[in-house]
Amino acid sequence: MPSNDERWLDAEAGPVVRPYALTQGRTRHAGEAFDLVATVSATGGRVADPGALAPEHMSVLQLSRVPTTVVDIASDVDLPLGVVRILLADLRELGLVAIRAPVSAKPRQIDRNTLREVLHGLRAL
Amino acid sequence: MAYGHYDAAGMAARRHRAIKILLAGGFGVGKTTLVGAVSEIKPLRTEELLTERSKRTDSTAGVEGKTTTTVAMDFGRITLRDDLVLYLFGTPGQERFWFMWDELALGALGSVVLADTRRLADCFPAIDYFERREIPFVVALNCFEGARRYSTEDVRLALDLEPGLPIIMCDARSRESAKDVLISLVEHVLAHADEPAYP
Repeated sequence: MPSNDERWLDAEAGPVVRPYALTQGRTRHAGEAFDLVATVSATGGRVADPGALAPEHMSVLQLSRVPTTVVDIASDVDLPLGVVRILLADLRELGLVAIRAPVSAKPRQIDRNTLREVLHGLRAL
Repeated sequence: MAYGHYDAAGMAARRHRAIKILLAGGFGVGKTTLVGAVSEIKPLRTEELLTERSKRTDSTAGVEGKTTTTVAMDFGRITLRDDLVLYLFGTPGQERFWFMWDELALGALGSVVLADTRRLADCFPAIDYFERREIPFVVALNCFEGARRYSTEDVRLALDLEPGLPIIMCDARSRESAKDVLISLVEHVLAHADEPAYP
């Protein structure tokens, strides 16, 4: 019979580290809220204290070297959106990433030129 | 909205534009099929809101992880240009996931309500949701094989939709058809872009 420790460490049990353990239990991020399609880009700033960052911070930072949206990052690192938001806010506080609002953060405010570009883009698919 | 300092990275990010489109409708109506027909599908895990809810009833710090449930959903990604990307979010149909809708709908271009004529009532909540929030939408009827065809006017009557609201027949499996649905939505939004409510 397996010991208590072994019993839970199979694939069925899910990740051994709970997602929010990566954020030291924090479920809310610091600073201004950002949309799930806000664009994240690395500022190119130096990491002053690499010990303060988790490997997941580094993965997220790596992905944002090209402007990338929050959802794309969450999908690519395979972590829950809420966890990725906290990691991104940490990186923003350290000045390592900039987070830009999407085209429109309010309902019905996408400008006509952008709408036309979307229309042309779809027709050309 | 202020989003931090305007450095070089910020400038690059500003040129990168992301547009959200929602895809709503009852369970099994073909939302994922339609997204897959026209875009690259990517998986997404979310779980934060269930955590927030648990925090209100549980004052013990550090136990949040025990009450979270992962909600898996997909989204579609269509690169229209290097700096212009369309994101399609199929909204989880079950009512307990409606907390996701408000975030998905914020700033969205509009929504497609996908309907099955055999179960029209399934899309009532979605239509109600978008009408209340004045989020522009079109209705796409997924024409399942073997299902009786109704005229769009019958459907308009049944769903109590305004005369100008586009209702499109579609085949969610077909790329061209899915494309036409999205084009109808953007045309609809553009046509009403001059109305006073639209800045």
